[in-house]
Amino acid sequence: MKETPLSNCERRFLLRAIEEKKRLDGRQTYDYRNIRISFGTDYGCCIVELGKTRVLGQVSCELVSPKLNRATEGILFFNLELSQMAAPAFEPGRQSDLLVKLNRLLERCLRNSKCIDTESLCVVAGEKVWQIRVDLHLLNHDGNIIDAASIAAIVALCHFRRPDVSVQGDEVTLYTPEERDPVPLSIHHMPICVSFAFFQQGTYLLVDPNEREERVMDGLLVIAMNKHREICTIQSSGGIMLLKDQVLRCSKIAGVKVAEITELILKALENDQKVRKEGGKFGFAESIANQRITAFKMEKAPIDTSDVEEKAEEIIAEAEPPSEVVSTPVLWTPGTAQIGEGVENSWGDLEDSEKEDDEGGGDQAIILDSIKMDTGVEVSDIGSQEMGFHHVGQTGLEFLTSDAPIILSDSEEEEMIILEPDKNPKKIRTQTTSAKQEKAPSKKPVKRRKKKRAAN
Amino acid sequence: MEEEMHTDAKIRAESGTGSSPRGPGCSLRHFACEQNLLSRPDGSASFLQGVAEKSRERLIRNTCEAVVLGTLHPRTSITVVLQVVSDAGSLLACCLNAACMALVDAGVPMRALFCGVTCALDSDGTLVLDPTSKQEKEARAVLTFALDSVERKLLMSSTKGLYSDTELQQCLAAAQAASQHVFRFYRESLQRRYSKS
Repeated sequence: MKETPLSNCERRFLLRAIEEKKRLDGRQTYDYRNIRISFGTDYGCCIVELGKTRVLGQVSCELVSPKLNRATEGILFFNLELSQMAAPAFEPGRQSDLLVKLNRLLERCLRNSKCIDTESLCVVAGEKVWQIRVDLHLLNHDGNIIDAASIAAIVALCHFRRPDVSVQGDEVTLYTPEERDPVPLSIHHMPICVSFAFFQQGTYLLVDPNEREERVMDGLLVIAMNKHREICTIQSSGGIMLLKDQVLRCSKIAGVKVAEITELILKALENDQKVRKEGGKFGFAESIANQRITAFKMEKAPIDTSDVEEKAEEIIAEAEPPSEVVSTPVLWTPGTAQIGEGVENSWGDLEDSEKEDDEGGGDQAIILDSIKMDTGVEVSDIGSQEMGFHHVGQTGLEFLTSDAPIILSDSEEEEMIILEPDKNPKKIRTQTTSAKQEKAPSKKPVKRRKKKRAAN
Repeated sequence: MEEEMHTDAKIRAESGTGSSPRGPGCSLRHFACEQNLLSRPDGSASFLQGVAEKSRERLIRNTCEAVVLGTLHPRTSITVVLQVVSDAGSLLACCLNAACMALVDAGVPMRALFCGVTCALDSDGTLVLDPTSKQEKEARAVLTFALDSVERKLLMSSTKGLYSDTELQQCLAAAQAASQHVFRFYRESLQRRYSKS
């Protein structure tokens, strides 16, 4: 769906408000929106809400062979998807630019900063390493996707637990979660992206732009930093020209913000850990706020199914008896079964007629079988010669069937083969076995026909 | 000239606690739902319930088409986007429930509400409603039904496994009993939502 265009008056309104240091939602210039982090029941699943922007993060792992040039390192894979529910403009085929930009930025932020210790993901050097896959889904787009996504990614990675592995000599044992507690990943630091939107050629700046502000901004500066004030990634897009001290000022602001966000993340992780340890309820179900009028919960409820059997019997008693079962399926091997014995082909019918005619026209041959059983209805040749057949040889018309009229279409084939079943289906089926032997010899004429076709 | 309505549902199919063994009686797991949680789409709902990808999509679409009054909105495309947050069994039923709540939240006119209920038959023939993933895997047959709210009639059924026709009727009757509960949940959550006008 096309994005609804931003009207000029709205754009002017936003810009004027920014010039007067006012934001539509009442925030100050350097304020972030409320960040809310909730975890799912599985380890590695979390939803991060930055204001109304919502990102779902999922981490999963798998044992694979390592890359050839990095035999002792695990593999990290990041993927951000813009779901169609996030914004009407995000259709499956249409979002490539933004998607590529976001994915690239996330990769640089998380992979190149070496926040995850990939050496610790190695199980057997050169043979088996862990591949950690981080999937992020944008659920609602209200601006600043990159910040929300980076928070979701790092939170999901910190929350995730991989199965425990032990190596003794040549033997590698992979323990299930029931046998041994899963092990957290080894994370050195937590890089978090902070976005700065610039307006009026760099005169005004806003932290954490929402969707409207993003639409009217001139350019965006993204700084990925960790709480030790180390810059992991920095990217400026939009073609704005920034002065050196502007960039330095932004990095200082980013440092402060990242410290706050990191504290929030650690607290959320700790809370979740505590709840799980104490055996309390965890998961998204619990994180739905009870007081909200749009949320509702109902506890586990027993259903009375005692009268189910009586009801079922009544229904069956009143229903029609089941149609007769044709044949029981025959199971050949797991995954393949057969009902019935296959349809009879009636090449056998033509045995006599074929002997009289050496050559036929097309080589349509064996498609017959499946269509044969359509009774004696006349089948007109549609030019592709795929329907029923009636043999029309060079020597003249041959009426195999007693009464059915022959329909000749004006196909370009000199000779056409139109065959019709003259016996009724039941009879043919019982003749299966006997006709099977006749099938073989009928193949020869088919071959000859094919050759003729080639010559044509 | 053409309008498009977006109805998006986020489904969270998981139960509140970890996997707990179910007692002998049939019961539905803990439910929770949240409506209108996304600001961009016209309507949205999140439904938690204690490769099939394409076929699942087709089943949900057919169910929705059967109840949505499309003639009231000619030249309109109604898109339902479902995102699985986590899967703890009965995924198709949860998808159906979420789709219905999202359509209601968006204000799409429908001739009836619908709900999904899953039954699993294990090797002894015991019927379990709303099975967990483990129960589904060990079951002899898993049957999912979509029932409508007006007369509890069957809108869609999707089954996997081996079962007799008696068992089918029993599962259907059990699903109808369970659907009462689900529809009561819909009604109460909507009443709560619109209680302050």
